[in-house]
Amino acid sequence: MSEIRERIARRIAQELEDGDLVNLGIGMPTMVADYIPDNVRVIFQSENGFVGMGPRPPKGEEDPDLVNAGSEPVTIKTGGAFFDSATSFAIIRGGHLDATVLGALQVDQQGNLANWKIPGKLVPGMGGAMDLTVGARRVIVATTHTTRKDQSKILPECTLPLTAKGEVDLIVTEMAVFRVTDQGLLLEEIAEDSSLEEIKEKTAANFSLAEELKTFV
Amino acid sequence: MDKIVDKEKVKGLFADDQRLMIGGFIECGSPHKLIDLLLESGGRNLTLIGNDTGFDDQKAGQLVVEKRLSRVIASHIGTNKETGRQMNSGDLEVELVPQGTLVEQIRAGGAGLGGVLTPTGIGTPVADDSRIIEVEGREYLLAKPLRADLALIKAWKADSAGNLLYRHAARNFNPVMAMACDRVVVEAEEIVPAGEIDPNQVVTPGIFVDYILQNGEEE
Repeated sequence: MSEIRERIARRIAQELEDGDLVNLGIGMPTMVADYIPDNVRVIFQSENGFVGMGPRPPKGEEDPDLVNAGSEPVTIKTGGAFFDSATSFAIIRGGHLDATVLGALQVDQQGNLANWKIPGKLVPGMGGAMDLTVGARRVIVATTHTTRKDQSKILPECTLPLTAKGEVDLIVTEMAVFRVTDQGLLLEEIAEDSSLEEIKEKTAANFSLAEELKTFV
Repeated sequence: MDKIVDKEKVKGLFADDQRLMIGGFIECGSPHKLIDLLLESGGRNLTLIGNDTGFDDQKAGQLVVEKRLSRVIASHIGTNKETGRQMNSGDLEVELVPQGTLVEQIRAGGAGLGGVLTPTGIGTPVADDSRIIEVEGREYLLAKPLRADLALIKAWKADSAGNLLYRHAARNFNPVMAMACDRVVVEAEEIVPAGEIDPNQVVTPGIFVDYILQNGEEE
C-alpha cells in the first residue's frame, strides 16, 4: 500500500511547475511534497493559514502552533507568511492557487469529485475541499484505482454527494493517468507494471486512449 | 475600562442556550483555558460556530464529549468521533459548511454585510437550500452572515488595550470571529501594557476585545 501511495505521489509531483503555488490535501496528497524535483521550486499553502510550508521538523522541534491542515507538525520556510482563514480562502477561492491535489472516494468521467460524505456511514465534512476545487487553476486527484473491495473508484457518474461539479483536471492512480477533457476521460499513461487490459477491467468509467500512450514508474 | 479579568469573571459570562464562536483549527489556536472555564460553568444547550469540533481526546472536543452542544455549524467534524455519533443519534444538530464559506459568513456578520456570494458548492448538496444568484454570467450561492453572543479567542500576545497578536498557524479563525460577536473574550499567553505592541503590527485592534484572561493564571 505504501508503495502505491508513493508511486501516485511521485507521479503527481512531476505535474507541478517551477513557481507554482500549491495546496496539498490531507493524507496521500501531502506526500507529493517529498517528490518535487530539486530544480522545481513550489510554494505550498496550508489552508489553516500560511504559505511557505516546509517539511516536518526534526524530532523534538515540533511546535503545536505550526501544523498543517491534517494536524501534523511542519515548518515554515524563509519568505513564508501566516494569515487568518479569510485571507487563506481568498487565496484559494480567488484564483491565486495554481494547483491543488486532493483524495477521492469517487471521481467520474465528467470531472466530478466526491470525497466528503458517505450518507449514513461517514460524514467527516468538506473542510476546505469545495473551495479548493472551485478556486484552484488545476485540480489533480490522487487516488487508488479501486476501493478495498476492488471496485472502481473512477465511475461514469459519482453516486456519493459531490464535492465539486466538473472541476477535476487530472486523475492519477497506481495504474493510470487520466486527463479529464470536454469529451470525457483520456487515458494518457499506464503504470509500467499494469496494462491496458487491466485498466479496462478495473475502470467503470468510459475512457478514450491518447494518441501516444506513455508509461510511468 | 480595564479589560483584564480573572477566571471567575469569565465564568460569569457563560449561560445556557448561548451561541458561541470559538477560534482554532483542530485544537491549534483553540482557547483551551476558556473552554475549560466554559465546561466548569456548566453551560448547556449551546450552539457552536467553529471550523471543527476538535479531537475527542483533546480540550476543544470535550464540549461535544460532555454533551454541552445542541447545534454545531462547522466545516469538518471527522476528528471527533463523538460528534458523528451524536449527529447520527439525533442528539446534535450539525450543519456542515465549506470552510471558505464559513469564514466569509463570519466576516460578513462582523462587517455589517448582508452575506456574500460564493461559487463554492454550486452543483453540490450545499446548494440545495441556498439562493442562487447570477452575476455577470456566473452562478453564486448566497451565504448569509453569521453572528454569535460570545467569541472565545486565543491570542499569543495581548496588550491592556486589547490589541492582539497571534502566533504561527494559531491565528486561523480567531481574528475574524473577534469581529462577529456581541462580546469577545480573549485568552492570551502573555499580557503586556498598552504601548508595548507596535500599532503597525496589531492584527486584531483592541476595540473589538471586551475581556482578556491570562492563560497561565495561577489556580
